Amino acid sequence: MTAFFQSLGLSYEWAWTAATLTGIIVISLLVMFSVAMVIYVDRKVLGAIMMRRGPNVVGPFGLLQSFADGLKVFLQETIIPSAANKGIFLLAPIITFTVALAAWAVIPFSAGVVLADINVGLLYILAISSMGVYGVVMSGWASNSKYPFFSAMRASAQMISYEVSIGFVLVCVVLFAGTFNMSGIVNAQQGFGLGLINAYAIHPLLFPMWVVFFISALAETARAPFDLTEAESELVAGYQTEYSSMSFALFWLGEYANILLMCSLNTLLFWGGWLPPLDIPVLYMVPGIIWFLLKTFVFFFMFSWIWATVPRYRYDQLMRLGWKVFLPMSLVFVAVTSGYLMATGHFDRSIAPTAPATSTEIVQTTPAQPVAVRGQS
Amino acid sequence: MIQAIAFYFFATIVVASAVMVVMARNPVHSVLWLIMAFFNAAGLMVLVGAEFIAMLLVIVYVGAVAVLFLFVVMMLDIDFAAMRAGLSRNAPLGLLIAAVLLAELLLAVGAYNAGGLSLGTPDGSAVQAADTSNIEALGALLYGRYIVLFEIAGIILLVAMIGAIVLTFQPPKPGARARQDVGKQIRRRPEDATVMKNPEIGQGVEL
Repeated sequence: MTAFFQSLGLSYEWAWTAATLTGIIVISLLVMFSVAMVIYVDRKVLGAIMMRRGPNVVGPFGLLQSFADGLKVFLQETIIPSAANKGIFLLAPIITFTVALAAWAVIPFSAGVVLADINVGLLYILAISSMGVYGVVMSGWASNSKYPFFSAMRASAQMISYEVSIGFVLVCVVLFAGTFNMSGIVNAQQGFGLGLINAYAIHPLLFPMWVVFFISALAETARAPFDLTEAESELVAGYQTEYSSMSFALFWLGEYANILLMCSLNTLLFWGGWLPPLDIPVLYMVPGIIWFLLKTFVFFFMFSWIWATVPRYRYDQLMRLGWKVFLPMSLVFVAVTSGYLMATGHFDRSIAPTAPATSTEIVQTTPAQPVAVRGQS
Repeated sequence: MIQAIAFYFFATIVVASAVMVVMARNPVHSVLWLIMAFFNAAGLMVLVGAEFIAMLLVIVYVGAVAVLFLFVVMMLDIDFAAMRAGLSRNAPLGLLIAAVLLAELLLAVGAYNAGGLSLGTPDGSAVQAADTSNIEALGALLYGRYIVLFEIAGIILLVAMIGAIVLTFQPPKPGARARQDVGKQIRRRPEDATVMKNPEIGQGVEL
């Protein structure tokens, strides 16, 4: 797209800026549209599992229900509690929403269709998703009300706990892929299973890690059965209790954008991203973005399915699962995976050239530093 | 051009938020300004090409350390007026520390520019090998040349963690409430916990 803007007469720098801004706007609009559709799907699936119809009035099959809801909250009055800390109260939903959209910058939708193809893509996603906790904590504190505050404390403890095991799961994937670049991770999965299946999750060492990642993703996005932050029976509506109108809608959209992000991460890291499920030339005739959307949708369906079927965890059970089950398990798997990869010679290409170089450098550099210190004093 | 704009944008915000950390009346606002400063410092690091360090700064400091700060500050019942009085009283000490840090920074940069340290060339061109990414270069150094220092740092952190747990751990008293047995809770079936009664009308139930 940079080339297109350059052809309009802009210099490379400004063409790049214009192309990036266009990309940001397009991706945000598409993500917002998918969020609207996915909320509809969520309610339809929930309705079907509960043996009722779900939304079916606005538009054909109720397809426009989310847009009607959006219009409704947009026209409502924004109420700010008089005891609230006004600035932070309004900043919190904005942060949640921005952070949820920012993470999409490094998601490759198809081969080469990515806004920022940076080589620390996975770390960027970890960094951005760790920012998400601020929206919740700030809203809970700024509301100046006890239920939002309880909810904020629960949410931050929950998110930090599960981020730890997600980190270790990602280490396993990176060990196999040898890169933090999202496109690189997907490309490494081509023909991974027996030269036929394009997915990491079929490896016996990575399948348990995928299960851990999937459950942690549920906890990270505060979806059922880990939706303790919005436990209606205990906390009214959790950290959103005092919010109304658009400030509430921003939380709502941000939450679903995060869920979609986690679904697409499942797809990219474990199930081959935009690659077709099997490494057969015929399947590559379907565009990559179709496979990507299809796989992501399957994971979203699983999220809705779980929401409709399982009861909520108790808080101590949630903490036990995160710290006493997932953390030791993923730690053991990091050790076992790296041992297995060393034993099977997965790293051989990268180790051979560096080993002799480091041993000679030690002799040169170690005396150099004391000399520099002496020279100063 | 864009790099210059981005640099001055991030740098201005870092300095302004750092000032606001000290000047904010509310301690929670101070912590939030601190987070703002961290985040924009990460932006500066991306600009100089240290994207790995930038991401680590956000993950570790913004994502974990600052959350704990925020937690503690939110829970405390702080007397804001007393805090403000402390600012003027502690100002000389703070200025002294700032002067020492500034002097050290200037000395280090001076020594580096004069070629006293062999970290790389002063214009930064030789710091990173041309064909390796940031992460690979750092990894090769940490797990190659500095493996002993790296492992010592890891062991020190492990000892610190175990020490903190040992110091705060209190074994349950003998007469205390029984601990939970999760396996037992999961094994429990509805039949063990409930009974079906079908009483006659007006008879009632005896359990």
